[in-house]
Amino acid sequence: MLEHDVLVIGAGLAGMRAAIAARANGASTAIISKVHPVRSHSNAAQGGINAALTDRGDDWEDHAYDTVKGSDFLGDQDAIEVMCRSAGRALIDMEHFGVTFNRDDEGYLGTRAFGGQRRARTFFVGDFTGQALLHVMFEQLIKSGVRRYEEWFVTSLIIEDGQVCGVMALEIRTGQVYAIRAKTVIFCTGGLGRVFEPSTNALIVTGDGMALAYNAGAQLMDMEMVQYHPTTLAGSGVLISEAARGEGAYLLDKNGERFMQRYAPNMMELASRDVVSRAEQTEINAGNGINGCVMLDCRHLGESLIMEKLSQIREIGIDLAGADMIREPIPIRPGMHYMMGGIKTDVDGLTNLPRVYAAGECACVSVHGGNRLGANSLLDTIVFGERSGNHAAEAARSVDYVEFNVEQAVRKEERRIQELLDRPVNGDRIASIRLGMGESMNRNLAVFRNQEGMEESLGDLEQLQERYKTAPVENKGKIFNTDLVFALELGFMLDCAPPIVVSAIDRKDSRGAQARTDYPDRDDENWMKHLVVSKGETGPEISYSPVSITRWTPEERKY
Amino acid sequence: MNVTIRVRRQDPESESAAPFWQDYPLEIEDNATVLDALIKIREDIDGTLSLRCSCRSSICGSCAMRINGQAGLACKTQAAASLKAGDIIEVEPAGNMPVIKDLVVNFDLFWNKIMEVEPYLQPQGPEPEQEYVVSNESMLHLSGVTACIMCGACVSDCTVMEVDPSFLGPAALAKAYRFTADPRDGDDAGVSKERLEQLNGPSGMWDCTRCLECVQACPKGVAPMERIMAMRDQAIAAGLRNTNGARHTEAFAESVEQTGSLDELTLVPKSLGMTNVSGLLSYAPVAIQALTHGKMPPLIHKKIEGVENVRRLFEKVDETER
Repeated sequence: MLEHDVLVIGAGLAGMRAAIAARANGASTAIISKVHPVRSHSNAAQGGINAALTDRGDDWEDHAYDTVKGSDFLGDQDAIEVMCRSAGRALIDMEHFGVTFNRDDEGYLGTRAFGGQRRARTFFVGDFTGQALLHVMFEQLIKSGVRRYEEWFVTSLIIEDGQVCGVMALEIRTGQVYAIRAKTVIFCTGGLGRVFEPSTNALIVTGDGMALAYNAGAQLMDMEMVQYHPTTLAGSGVLISEAARGEGAYLLDKNGERFMQRYAPNMMELASRDVVSRAEQTEINAGNGINGCVMLDCRHLGESLIMEKLSQIREIGIDLAGADMIREPIPIRPGMHYMMGGIKTDVDGLTNLPRVYAAGECACVSVHGGNRLGANSLLDTIVFGERSGNHAAEAARSVDYVEFNVEQAVRKEERRIQELLDRPVNGDRIASIRLGMGESMNRNLAVFRNQEGMEESLGDLEQLQERYKTAPVENKGKIFNTDLVFALELGFMLDCAPPIVVSAIDRKDSRGAQARTDYPDRDDENWMKHLVVSKGETGPEISYSPVSITRWTPEERKY
Repeated sequence: MNVTIRVRRQDPESESAAPFWQDYPLEIEDNATVLDALIKIREDIDGTLSLRCSCRSSICGSCAMRINGQAGLACKTQAAASLKAGDIIEVEPAGNMPVIKDLVVNFDLFWNKIMEVEPYLQPQGPEPEQEYVVSNESMLHLSGVTACIMCGACVSDCTVMEVDPSFLGPAALAKAYRFTADPRDGDDAGVSKERLEQLNGPSGMWDCTRCLECVQACPKGVAPMERIMAMRDQAIAAGLRNTNGARHTEAFAESVEQTGSLDELTLVPKSLGMTNVSGLLSYAPVAIQALTHGKMPPLIHKKIEGVENVRRLFEKVDETER
């Protein structure tokens, strides 16, 4: 029998941090991931990680205020306080683990400016900070003695008497199905970017954990808050780091004008992401773009700075758009990037389900509220990954494994998967259903939204869900059947999409990433609250939860 | 743009389980990558094709494979720039690792070698309260190595691993260098002597033949071979001279410095160790072959004319290194 005190699902930064913490607390710990840990999407964070280090005159309250303001006052201030107070220690831990952070001239950790912050407090490794952190976290995971299930895909949760007591998982390499028993489960499965097309997110980012938890009764929160990043590459939609603007790059319209001066005269290109993306989209819609894009101009930064600090995004521009940012501006546009919403947790990662935790992008604490600041996501993963690992290990001490019939559970899951494989060919394709979903979401739940469009998407999703019930899996084999994995992932994505749309329709104001053309203003009187989604008999059901306001009174946001 | 993607496929569950080529003619965007084409095949044409891929932007390391015979990332390779005669692009699984299915290879061997180098920072002194204070240059240098995404392209094309699977290989050795060159790892002076001792052994740093394949294959500019060479210098500087490789390096340099050319005859005993009788005897067949083919180096090695110029070069190099 495979059993562990703490089972972490997902091996990105949050998951590995959680597993290391749980193990350090003496819990028998395992981590399960559908890809090898170093393939996780934390890799894609380019620009850096925020922390207020007091030894250089910064303080956590400044960082917290910037985060609260960035969230458009929807972030929970108690949770933001926890994150910003812990940031310094978390950062230094990562340095001690071995991250090769860039330094200043004296050899201390160097910083760069980032969006929505009045002070440069973003620590970085070139423009591949996420990758640098992820690989070092994997080194620490190796050292920790955590059991790793690599390339195992969690297909469902085992629930006995309403209690989550383990997972069913498919070992992708062999096609075997296993039951893994756990006293506590931590979801660290990342976002749901592939629900949208295009998206900056990797192909593996399919909302698995959010869907699993939601279907098991967990509450989702802030699901209407979907971040569109201001600089995604034309065509492929791949991310070009905010670090470019942090280092001083300009955004230009077709006439070469720095249009941000009309939207955010103080912060210019470094206003918060929702503000910059809206500005870009407004200009593009007004015909001031070039082929649906505006231009990111780095030329004045000079070759040596670009080569030292932005070399990887330069490569991406050359590889994927044929444009060298040293010599020419590159075409960019707003693109779906990050999910502020997720599984509702407290500051220890605990969900509304006993013994079930969540951390990282799949969770909603909520530290990002309506809009996440750049370089707060890496921080979120490490701080709340560690906290959830600590608490899950502690909780596991006082409970026993829940008994269930393992053979029966395995047989049931095998049957479910076999039924998927046995579906007759009907001319439909898994990929075409996903594309239909992605394009509909990107059409109607993007930078600007309205009632009519969102209702259209809700209808689209219903139809797509019907098609999904009979869509065939072409590959019938057992060994490394990626076709089967896609089919299961699509099911998860189709579970995640309706809570997004339903929440966005329900919220009748514009705040953070939600900009409704039919309700263009922020309405604190009626909508200064979190939208919480639970799975009901007939679909998503919405309730409301107050925003924690401790010391920063909501005010109009100006950059 | 119309292309044909010719994929080396293998299905362990089929009757023969033998590898075979399959052609997929398809239309792709002019600026599509090879990965875009493979994804299109998988999504629209043939769902049975298995491959790993995720980020589409050269950072997750999932899609290393051989494209037209050379390892690289499919997501970093422009299809238009890879067309062979007949607008064909040949795609095969990465080499030096067993195939699981189609383009998916078994990475166990790859990761086992990474594990062998104890891949985590091991400082010997006490941890500082705040960050380690180290130069930006040292961190930028290391970041050139930590940019490795563990895609396995270098291992795929390593010519030594092809004949000697016990060789640690370019990825694990570059990973090791990431620690041996880290001022925070090892003793107070940043010397990781225990690591170097371990890497100095059989299947370690001296087994690289400097064929440059890994440097070519690496999609991230890590240049593993150059790291291996730098590690050899570190080992010698740390006083680890008792290996064939270190002796070979020193004997080679000494011969050129003293005579202006290579004394091939004494190079062998000096590399193996003068008292290493069994080692020397193992070279007897080579010596006899050389003798019978008129390839025996002269018994008396003469200095070249102007050898003092060569020595001055050595002095110059020594000065700049200091």
